[in-house]
Amino acid sequence: MTALKEELKRQIIEVLNLEDITPADIQDEEVLFGEGLGLDSIDALELIVLMDKTYGIKLSDPKKGRDIFQSVETMAAYISENRTK
Amino acid sequence: MLEKITIQKSCTIEQHRIVVDDMLVWSSATDMPFSDFAKDAFHHLDIDYPKFYKMDALSKLAFLAAEYILRGEDKDELALVLANKSGSLDTDIKHQESIQDTENYYPRPATFVYTLANICAGEISIRHGLQTENAFFIAEEFPEETIFAYADYLLQSNKAKRVLCGWVEYFQEDYRALFYIF
Repeated sequence: MTALKEELKRQIIEVLNLEDITPADIQDEEVLFGEGLGLDSIDALELIVLMDKTYGIKLSDPKKGRDIFQSVETMAAYISENRTK
Repeated sequence: MLEKITIQKSCTIEQHRIVVDDMLVWSSATDMPFSDFAKDAFHHLDIDYPKFYKMDALSKLAFLAAEYILRGEDKDELALVLANKSGSLDTDIKHQESIQDTENYYPRPATFVYTLANICAGEISIRHGLQTENAFFIAEEFPEETIFAYADYLLQSNKAKRVLCGWVEYFQEDYRALFYIF
């Protein structure tokens, strides 16, 4: 799980072009949207593509996404249980 | 034609040089890619605006030209009239490449949102809080007469106090921005 969280942090930084931020700057339970990293709706779509492309998880229910994308911790937990890749 | 109305300020970005009112304000080695030049020019501004890193090349170019020309300027009722030749073709091609392979079909939302030329005008408006008229024209060359006529109309009809207008062209590392404030 720790390795997955580190991998996720690196991927989030890369796909969302988070300049001047390193994996060490992102706390496992830090809020990703709004405050925290301040991600927006386009970033949310990018994370949906990331889940599909890298882990084979298709998210069709936006309400679920709100919970899954709360933090790196919640993303990693969902991926662990549902990944097909 | 442009001499007929008063040009208050100008900014040119080309060949890795940024010139404001005939004064060189930033330059870098000409062999670096545009993305690196743009990032360095952005850092030189010393502003906190993370959204810049997510923009496509055309929007970065427009953002930088606007940022350098608008420093210290009153932006109250400032309209925006821009033009270019290639529209958003550079980003359109990147988007097309991401959806080319039906077996590996992963369009990038962050790329797709820039597949319209006037998005760069939107980025400038958001950054500077402009809620005024804006227009974006596509033309083979800088359409002086159209730009002049539209800027003049905006000023004469009191739809704007001043107009930021110009040319902002980017296609596969070839770029040029030429902005004026009337």
